[in-house]
Amino acid sequence: MKVDKDIVRHVADLGRLYVKDEDVDAFAEQLGEVLKWADKLQELDLDGVEPTAHALDMKNVFRNDERRESLSTEKALENAPDKEDGYFKVPRIIEE
Amino acid sequence: MKLHKLSLYEAKEGLDKKEFSAKELVTSTFSRINEVDEKINAFISVDEETAISKAEEIDDNRAKGEKLPPYAGVPVAIKDNMCTDGIKTTCASKILENFVPPFDATVVKMLRDTGFIMVGKTNLDEFAMGSSTENSAFFTTKNPWDLNKVPGGSSGGSAASVASAEVPLALGSDTGGSIRQPAAFCGVVGFKPTYGRVSRYGLVAFASSFDQIGPFARNVKDVALSMNVISGHDEMDSTSADIDAPDFTKSLDKGVNGMKIGIPEEYFQLGVKSEIKNVVKNAINTIDDQGAMVEDISLPTTEYALTSYYLISPAEASSNLARFDGVRYGTRLSDENLKSLYYETRSQGFGEEVKRRIMLGNYALSSGYYDDYYLKGLKVRTLIKREFEDIFGKYDVLMAPTTPTLPFNIGEQIDDPATMYLNDICTVPVNLAGLPAISVPCGFVEGNPVGIQIIGKPFDEAKVLQVASELEKTLNLGQKIPGES
Repeated sequence: MKVDKDIVRHVADLGRLYVKDEDVDAFAEQLGEVLKWADKLQELDLDGVEPTAHALDMKNVFRNDERRESLSTEKALENAPDKEDGYFKVPRIIEE
Repeated sequence: MKLHKLSLYEAKEGLDKKEFSAKELVTSTFSRINEVDEKINAFISVDEETAISKAEEIDDNRAKGEKLPPYAGVPVAIKDNMCTDGIKTTCASKILENFVPPFDATVVKMLRDTGFIMVGKTNLDEFAMGSSTENSAFFTTKNPWDLNKVPGGSSGGSAASVASAEVPLALGSDTGGSIRQPAAFCGVVGFKPTYGRVSRYGLVAFASSFDQIGPFARNVKDVALSMNVISGHDEMDSTSADIDAPDFTKSLDKGVNGMKIGIPEEYFQLGVKSEIKNVVKNAINTIDDQGAMVEDISLPTTEYALTSYYLISPAEASSNLARFDGVRYGTRLSDENLKSLYYETRSQGFGEEVKRRIMLGNYALSSGYYDDYYLKGLKVRTLIKREFEDIFGKYDVLMAPTTPTLPFNIGEQIDDPATMYLNDICTVPVNLAGLPAISVPCGFVEGNPVGIQIIGKPFDEAKVLQVASELEKTLNLGQKIPGES
């Protein structure tokens, strides 16, 4: 798979990342190298093979629905870059 | 007596017999760190004050005749991607440079509860992505055997701290080989337990379906003892297995007589260098001589494992790392508007390799590519898992090289990600199938350590440790510490 500049910009954008103009070519080449291996998978017959997303076969792990202690608001906000009145604070999202 | 050289069980015995105090032991740890870490750079942070005061408390309690937890006073180091209450946990990333977790990871709590004293947090490739620690945003850890070489990665700091006798025990995490490969490069024992055996609660997630915490030590018995401490079900981790853990030391002296051991031929191809093959084959012959039934076997899908891993793990990483958005914790690098907050924080906060994996993951998951990349990766994973299941119907364990090459020079591979990824070629199949595997030192080539890998059935860590222990005994390499004869 050949990776072009537009693809690099697209997948960076999906991850909320800027890519500098001078870095785009290098990223395109490096991603292309790894995806070249992926083309090798196309030679395998995978029809009817179930995908494995997880090594252990476990589903729907529940605990009892009981109240228990958790982090206090103060503790949960300790690492916040910005906060106010017990909330995380971010720049205005809705235009005036 | 040089206390820092003591292994975990020796340190415990000495403390139990009151041959030295916890304070003397912990003080020797920090003297050692002060002496060698300037060169090795294994630690991102150390916490001497708390550690010494904990040791004094233990000594006081011992003097009063109080009952102490089993490892009271034994020093341990923790990879800096496991949360430690009140102590910075950076993942070697700028984005978490000042993150102080408000809670302990379950493994950290288990170590504290059994009396271990946490002396510091060790260096890693940023978010555990890499094979050399060169991707750390702060500095590169050096291989204690040769300061021009990498210690391996991503748990390179933990491996180097144990190899250079700064600590007897360190925890690491293994997503695609990040415990076993640095253990091999640094000449120590490194163990990745079965997926689900050890709680991941409080481990900063890289690829959740692969990540597993495990120990580094200078001998197999120490690894078994530490596994007794950190194993077990944890309701805080929904992927933790509800299966009782045995006493892992019980099998250590049983030998290998009558055991069936498979040698997968593919692990000796895949670009594995002849000097590695020779040392590993010699170790296998040693085990053969001890009465095991050793046979060559084939796992033909192995050649597709690396590709499957490098499609699935970045996909999981791109999703896991979405949480670093500059809102709830970590660094925020713009306040102009929400878009620039996200983009500036993430673009400046993440290093090159992390960005590359996020992009790769987004590619594999995005519309139009999902079926050919991510989904195919998962299907190959099924084939690999099945192959292991079939072979483990006939064999107790498998033995193979841990790494394709000797430790490489710092700077040698860092500009070529695809080459760097090839370091994982012998270790990733195990992560795809969730199996337990250990790397044990099996020899030296021109002063560089070589590791051999022993792979077991799910939740049969005991047998892996049994073979590892026998190998350690018969090879009798001793617990060499670099720079000391």
